[in-house]
Amino acid sequence: MRHQVKGRKLKRTATHRDALLRNLAMSLILHKRIKTTVAKAKELRTFVEPLITKARKGDLNSKRLVMSVLRNKDAGKVLFGEVIEKIGERKGGYTRVIKLGNRLGDAAEVAVVELVDFNAVINEAASSKKEEKAQKKEEKKAKKAAEQKALPPESK
Amino acid sequence: MPNPKRKMSKTRRDKRRTHYKATAPTLSKCSNCGELKLAHHVCPSCGYFAGRSMFIPKN
Ligand SMILES: [Zn+2]
Repeated sequence: MRHQVKGRKLKRTATHRDALLRNLAMSLILHKRIKTTVAKAKELRTFVEPLITKARKGDLNSKRLVMSVLRNKDAGKVLFGEVIEKIGERKGGYTRVIKLGNRLGDAAEVAVVELVDFNAVINEAASSKKEEKAQKKEEKKAKKAAEQKALPPESK
Repeated sequence: MPNPKRKMSKTRRDKRRTHYKATAPTLSKCSNCGELKLAHHVCPSCGYFAGRSMFIPKN
């Protein structure tokens, strides 16, 4: 028999684990994409997905049920606002776990958890960051070049 | 309680351990940059997975 062996304990007591999953869920809702260990990421799926499904129902009772678990007004606002709107008609499978490899230091397997429907936005953000970085590099190069041009006469 | 009669010699111990071997990871080529990477993992050299960028690698 393998009754009652579902889920991971994550080396925590029940209350500690509850708090951890709540915090992870809050972060995921606020940031749309978070980085944790694979074990935590996989546990988080079974924690937030029912929450989101409940939130999609949208009546007062389900709202109260969700908030009794989430316990964070900011995350609640985001969840009932933009997250629900963006998810639309999707029936489950709101999250995605992507493995990143092992972390330096403790060699723990690390993964990214993200809300599936927020991909496009995040990708745009990433590419704009890339562009910013490239621009900054060019500016730095230009500055250095200018400084080098400025320096020789002074040294003479 | 029953116990071992003799100390295990280093040779016997080490002979047993000749079968303890590390296996090489099975790697495949990244579809974005061609570097070797683990299956079902983000490519560590270009940060791509399933055709989209997951992170921007530090140069
Ligand atoms: Zn690659």
